[in-house]
Amino acid sequence: MQKILDEFGNSQKELIHVLHRVKAKFGYIPPETIPEISRHLKITESEIYGVLTFYSAFSLKPRGKHTVTVCMGTACHVRGGPKILEEFERRLNIEAGHTTEDKQFTLETVACLGCCAIGPVVVVDDDYYAQTTVSKVEPILEKYKKEKKNAQD
Amino acid sequence: MPKIKSIIELKETISQQIKLRNENDKTVLTVSAGTCGRARGSLKVIESLNKVIKEKKLEGKIQVKNTGCHGFCEAEPNIIIRPQNIFYQHVQPEDAESIITETALNNKIIDKLIYSDPVTGQAMPQESDISFYAKQERIVMGDNALIDPTDINDYFAIRGYNSLGTVLKSMNPEDVIETIIASGIRGRGGAGFPTGSKWKFARNAKADIKYIICNADEGDPGAYMDRSLMEGNPHRVLEGMIIGAYAIGATEGYIYVRMEYPLALKNITIALEQARKLGLLGDAILGSEFNFDIHVFKGAGSFVSGEETSLMASIEGRRAQPRQRPPFPAQSGLWGKPTNINNVETWGNIPIIIDRGSDWFAGIGTESSKGTKIFSLVGKINNTGLVEVPMGITLREIIYDIGGGIPGDKEFKAVQTGGPSGGCIPKEKLDLPVDYESLAEAGSIMGSGGMIVMDEETCMVDVARYFLQFTREESCGKCVPCRIGTRQMVEILNRITRGEGRGSDIKKLEELAKTIKAGSLCGLGQTSPNPVLTTLRYFREEYEDHIYKKSCKALACKNLICYYIEPEKCIGCQLCKKSCPVDAIIGKRKEVHVIDHELCIKCGACFDVCPPKVRAVSKYTGEKKEKILKKASAGRVNK
Repeated sequence: MQKILDEFGNSQKELIHVLHRVKAKFGYIPPETIPEISRHLKITESEIYGVLTFYSAFSLKPRGKHTVTVCMGTACHVRGGPKILEEFERRLNIEAGHTTEDKQFTLETVACLGCCAIGPVVVVDDDYYAQTTVSKVEPILEKYKKEKKNAQD
Repeated sequence: MPKIKSIIELKETISQQIKLRNENDKTVLTVSAGTCGRARGSLKVIESLNKVIKEKKLEGKIQVKNTGCHGFCEAEPNIIIRPQNIFYQHVQPEDAESIITETALNNKIIDKLIYSDPVTGQAMPQESDISFYAKQERIVMGDNALIDPTDINDYFAIRGYNSLGTVLKSMNPEDVIETIIASGIRGRGGAGFPTGSKWKFARNAKADIKYIICNADEGDPGAYMDRSLMEGNPHRVLEGMIIGAYAIGATEGYIYVRMEYPLALKNITIALEQARKLGLLGDAILGSEFNFDIHVFKGAGSFVSGEETSLMASIEGRRAQPRQRPPFPAQSGLWGKPTNINNVETWGNIPIIIDRGSDWFAGIGTESSKGTKIFSLVGKINNTGLVEVPMGITLREIIYDIGGGIPGDKEFKAVQTGGPSGGCIPKEKLDLPVDYESLAEAGSIMGSGGMIVMDEETCMVDVARYFLQFTREESCGKCVPCRIGTRQMVEILNRITRGEGRGSDIKKLEELAKTIKAGSLCGLGQTSPNPVLTTLRYFREEYEDHIYKKSCKALACKNLICYYIEPEKCIGCQLCKKSCPVDAIIGKRKEVHVIDHELCIKCGACFDVCPPKVRAVSKYTGEKKEKILKKASAGRVNK
C-alpha cells in the first residue's frame, strides 16, 4: 500500500487518482486503507469517506469475480433495457449494486455507455453484448459460469 | 520522430505527410473501430483482413486502417474501400478473404455486404450514395474516417496542427479571440454561451497562472459525440486546446474524461504523449515563448461533474458539488485561478475555424446559431448513428432524410433532445429548425446533442419517470429542492405508471417542478423538471389515461398491461413456452398455448420470440386487460 501511495503527491488533489489506483489493485477500496491514505494526503478520513461514497466508481465492499453492467441510457431504456436488468436480477437473485453470495457476479447499472446504436447493451467485465434480449440473459451468464467450471476441471 | 523545433519545421512535416498520403497507391481498407464498432467485432475483422493480406503477400498493395467511429453505428462493423469508395456494412471476419480477392484486387462488388436504403430499398455500394451521409455537413466528424487516431502522422496528413502553426506564426492572442468571436460559435456542451466572449473574459482576468479545461464528462444518456471525437480524432481536440491556451494565456490544461469511456481515455493519452514528444506541448512550443501542457483526469462516475463548477471541484479532489456563480470560472476557477472551460466538440471546432476563417464558419447555420452540430440519433430510428448537420436544419430532415425514419410500421411519437435537462418534442413540431432558440421555445434545449427518437410504443409518462429517476440518483444533494423534490416527483410518477395515480398528481408535479427550478443552484437542478413539463405540455392525455383509465396506450407500463396469446393465431410451436423464464406458459405442441397470469412476470420474452409471421402474442391495457384477467381467474376457479 505504501508503495502505491508513494506514486502520488501529498495533497487532496491526488485523492481521486489514489482511489482509482487502490481500486485497480484490490477491486474495491478496502476500509483499512483509508487511514493510510489520510496520513499520506494529509486530509481527514471523513473527507475521504465523503469523496469515495459520492462517486459511483468506488465501493467499500469486495466485488464479485465478474461484473455485469447493464446500460440504463435513454436509448437502451426505450429499447427495453429495464427488462434486461430485471432478468439479471432474477437470475442472479440480487438487486443491482450487489454481489452474489458465491462472489461470482456483481450486478451494476450505468447511466450510459455511449453505445446507443447497439442497445440494449450489457457489459460483462470487458465484453460488450449488443442488442440483448431477455432470452439472451441466461446464455450470457452461463458463459461465465462455465469458465469457472472449466477452470476447476 | 525528432522534436519539431520551429513553425517552419512543422509546416514541412505537414507537407511531407500530405505528400506521402497522396503518393500512397495502396488500396486502403478503412475499418470503423470505435467502441460500438468493437462491440460488434470490428477488431476481429481487422485481424482477419491482416491475416489474409499476409498470407497472400499483399502488404505492398493493400493496407488496413484502424479508425475511430465514422458515425454510421447502425451499419457496424463497416469498411470503406478506397480509392473506390465502396462501403460495406455488417462485415464479418469470414468476409475478409472475398473483400480482398474480389473487391480490393478486382473491383468486384459483393452484393450481400452492400447497404440498402431503408425507405427505397435501393442498393448503395458507394459511400457517397448513402442517404445517411447526403444531408450531413461533416466538418468536425468527417476526418474520423481518414485517420488512425493513434498515429499523429495521419493527423498531419489532413493538415493537422497547421492551424496551431498559423496562430503561433502570425496571430497574437487578441486576434485569435476576435476570430473566434467573429465565427459566432457557441458552446456545444449544452448552454450555448458564445465561446469567443468566454475566452475574452479569461484573457482579461489578471493572474499568475490560468487554466483551461476540456469538459469530456459527457454524461447525458444517449449522447456520445464527444466520445467519438476523442476516440477518433484526439489530436484535433488537443490542437483546439493548445490554440485556446495561447489565446487566453493559460499554461496548464486538463481533459476531464468520464471513466465509462476507456477507449477515449486511451486514445487521448496516446495523443498527448505523441504531442509532447514532438514539442507540440511542453516548454517553448515550436520554438516560441509559449509554454503549455495538458493532464488527463479520469472521472469517477458522477453526472453532476459535467457542470463546470462541480467538474473543477472534482479535479481538486473533492466531491463534485456545484457552487454559486459569480464568481465565474473566468475570474475564479480551478484552485481559485481564472479558468476557461469548453466542451470537446467546441474545442474540436477551433482548428477548423482558424484554418478556414470565421467568415466561412459564420456562413453555415442560422442567424443566432453558427456552424454545425453533431447529434446522436438513437432510439427508434432506422439509421442510428452520429450525424453532423448545419444548424437550422429541421428535425424532420434529420429523422426522415438522414435517419431513414422509424423502423417497422410504427408511428413517430416524439423526439427527446437535451438529455435529462431537455424535453420531448412532438410530431407537430417536426418542422422546427434546430438551433438554440427554437429548441428552447419548444420547451427543450440543444444540450450536448442527444436525440432520442420515440415511437408509438414509448410511453411518455415512463420517459418522464426515467429522466427524473436519473436526476434523483445524480442529484449531488446540496440543494434541498433538487434532492427532495426530484425524489417526490419520482414517487408520484412511479405511482402513476403503476396505475395508482391520483387526481391531484398532475397539479402536484407542476408545483414541485416550479419549486425545483427556482430553488436549485446548478443546471442539473434547474432543468431537471423539464422532461415532466414538456411531456405534460404535449402529452397530457397520456398522464390522464394512466390516472383515470388505468391505461397505457403505448403498452409499455408493466403494471398496466397483460400479455395474451391469441388462440386463433397460435400455432403451438412452443417457442414462447421455452423462452418463458418462469414457466408461465402452458400448452402442448401444436396446441394453443395459454399464459398463466398469476405466474407471469411480464418480461415480454414470449412477445419477442413469437415469429413475426404468427404474431400470436398481444399486449392489452385498460378495460380489455381487466376483461382478460377476469376471464382467466374465472377459468381457474372453475377448475
